[in-house]
Amino acid sequence: MALLQIAEPGQSPDPHKRKLAVGIDLGTTNSLVATVRSGESVTLPDEQGRHTLPSVVRYLAEGGPEVGHDAYAQAVADPFNTIQSVKRLMGRGVADIKKLGDELPYRFERLDEGMPYLSTAAGVKSPVEISADILRTLQRRAEDSLGGELTGAVITVPAYFDDAQRQATKDAATLAGLKVLRLLSEPTAAAVAYGLDEAAEGVIAVYDLGGGTFDISILRLSKGVFEVMATGGDSALGGDDLDLALANWLVDQLGIAAGLGSADARYLTEQARSIKERLTDEPVVETLLAVAGVEKRVCIDSDQFGELIHDLVARTIRACRRALKDAGVSVAQVQDIVMVGGSTRVPQVREAVQQFFGKALRIDIDPDRVVALGAALQADVLAGNKPDSDMLLLDVIPLSLGLEIMGGLVEKLVPRNTAIPVAKAQEFTTYQDGQTAMAIHVLQGERELVDDCRSLARFELRGIPPMAAGAAKIRVTFQVDADGLLNVEAKELSTGVESRIQVKPSYGLSDTEIERMLKESYSFAQEDLVLRNLREQQVDADRLLHSLEQALIEDGAALLTPAEREVLQAAMMQLQELRAGSDHRAIESGVKALAAASDEFASRRMDASIQRALQGHNIDEIEEGR
Amino acid sequence: MDIKQNFFEFYGLPEVFDIDLGLLSQRHLELQKKLHPDRFAHLSDQERRLSAQYTAYLNEGYATLRASLLRAQYLLKLQGIDTHNESSAPMDPAFLMQQMELRERLEDAPQHADPEAELAALGEDVEQMMAPLQAEFCSQITVPAEASLHAAAAAVRKMQFLDKLRREIERLEDDLY
Repeated sequence: MALLQIAEPGQSPDPHKRKLAVGIDLGTTNSLVATVRSGESVTLPDEQGRHTLPSVVRYLAEGGPEVGHDAYAQAVADPFNTIQSVKRLMGRGVADIKKLGDELPYRFERLDEGMPYLSTAAGVKSPVEISADILRTLQRRAEDSLGGELTGAVITVPAYFDDAQRQATKDAATLAGLKVLRLLSEPTAAAVAYGLDEAAEGVIAVYDLGGGTFDISILRLSKGVFEVMATGGDSALGGDDLDLALANWLVDQLGIAAGLGSADARYLTEQARSIKERLTDEPVVETLLAVAGVEKRVCIDSDQFGELIHDLVARTIRACRRALKDAGVSVAQVQDIVMVGGSTRVPQVREAVQQFFGKALRIDIDPDRVVALGAALQADVLAGNKPDSDMLLLDVIPLSLGLEIMGGLVEKLVPRNTAIPVAKAQEFTTYQDGQTAMAIHVLQGERELVDDCRSLARFELRGIPPMAAGAAKIRVTFQVDADGLLNVEAKELSTGVESRIQVKPSYGLSDTEIERMLKESYSFAQEDLVLRNLREQQVDADRLLHSLEQALIEDGAALLTPAEREVLQAAMMQLQELRAGSDHRAIESGVKALAAASDEFASRRMDASIQRALQGHNIDEIEEGR
Repeated sequence: MDIKQNFFEFYGLPEVFDIDLGLLSQRHLELQKKLHPDRFAHLSDQERRLSAQYTAYLNEGYATLRASLLRAQYLLKLQGIDTHNESSAPMDPAFLMQQMELRERLEDAPQHADPEAELAALGEDVEQMMAPLQAEFCSQITVPAEASLHAAAAAVRKMQFLDKLRREIERLEDDLY
């Protein structure tokens, strides 16, 4: 009867209660939130019935920020305080921002710190904080609409995002108080939105031309499993660049010299975007432009526009070819081409893609919403609402991970397109007699020189005993989780001296910074913070207890001796008692203790489930493998 | 992490070079469905951590068994021979000669009238040299004798040379795009 005591009503999460989970497409231009309702994935509108939220945040001297349509409306009038396309700055260093140059009409601050901070009327803001403000707005919308607190969210990122960009996105979610069930690549989300309805099998190409990024992914779909075979693209090429190409042409047509103010530049970009959108349906567009004291009627036809964007589109096709090669499939093997992102409405883009693949394109789901819809489907599964679902999304890392070695070269430990999660270890040695420390420089990218790759982190392994050069053995382990986030660990093998870090981009936010920002963002008093901590620990305790109860029911008799069972149940009772108290630290250590006590049981269950998966096959086959 | 089974055992496959690749990928998907962290997303941290470790092992196993060279290297490693990390081993001079010729072709390829076609042709040649080496490995590794094991290792060392060449061809092709 011990089990019944453990599962007292109201103390364990009710397994039958549906969890509220959402999919969030945190886009460069627009963001969306979607959820699964009565088995169908739907995007959630705001109070005015608008589904897309412009990814625009305007900071005011007083009061909270404006997010979305209101902010967007003020973008031209208040350019420095109104931040658009912040996704382009996520996980970026100052050097990257300088490369973008005049395209970003913001005031940057603290350029010496490596990470770009923006100066606004509400103070200095990091891209992570700005993204968190967008996420908060979507979270509030979802909670209002669904009538409860969210269990978690699947947030989409471009497949081509490197570790720094993914980490920044996850930090933004943490800052907004959202539990991230998974960072999912946008193309995979899009394929899910299409794939599940049609139960397709085969190779799918997802061509995703978003506002600020271009991704091409090659996926294999088989019995509900979406496997990313290869991914490629360009994280600094998007629909915005089509607008920009057209805006530059407009500047030429108007005969305005360089040195436009940022408000004028915005005006022209807006006009360019609207002309681009009109050209989707109209062969010729004529507009009256009035900027910088010049007024002129400008006319452009779709062929002219096609010429302006030709090189940009050709770049995307080159990336498609390379992704197919990486995946080891031919153009003819691709069965479906899924189009994602508003810019895939541009007829010249569609033509080029259709011509390259030689097949009709999938355009029946709104290309602006398809990513959020797919993310919501996965969030529903990950929250535990569909225990029988076979759906599984297997991802790869988009860019190789490596270490700096002698001569400014990069040694790759995990090549691009490796399936994640992954763990890779390699041994290095000292190169000087008596060397007691080793600098570890973690890089991401395809090039051979350190200077051409993205520096993710540097740390030092100290306390190596002095030995002759080449005698010490240092094992460096890279672990990439299912979100594509990296952990690095270095260990001197003879002494066991260890050093491990969660890789944070050199210019990213540190954990303490995030914690400080979190605290600052709480408008409530200190007691509330304590309560929040307590509730978080209680949820953790419940989750662990609940999983163990289930595990005991399923496998307790088969995998544990009666004595082991008793020990485990005693440990569970202990946590149960701690959980009833109000000391969040005690609950936290209780969770750790129970987790340690049940480690062996959890391992045995994994092994048993492997055996079960292999059963049903020829027993001799398995025996032979022994 | 404490997974004692080798990759073949983990996948329930016989410890041979000629494995059924279709069966391998079918089992890979089945095991992914059981072990992937997403299956544990709503469960405890402990289960998620454990599942990430198992899945990492699974992914490494799949990558190793799927690629013929890695599979051959792994089979040798199970027999105590590490051809991947050894510093140098004596090579057949005729083979080295042939390698130098192939490398010269590789270096000249960018100046070729049609570099893409030249690289593709070179790639073809490398594959054609790879095939008999695989057959050689496959027949030697099954014989439980010291000499055969060394012959198998010699074949793998040659395959390593060719594989390196293959990757350099790919890199040049990437540069052309």
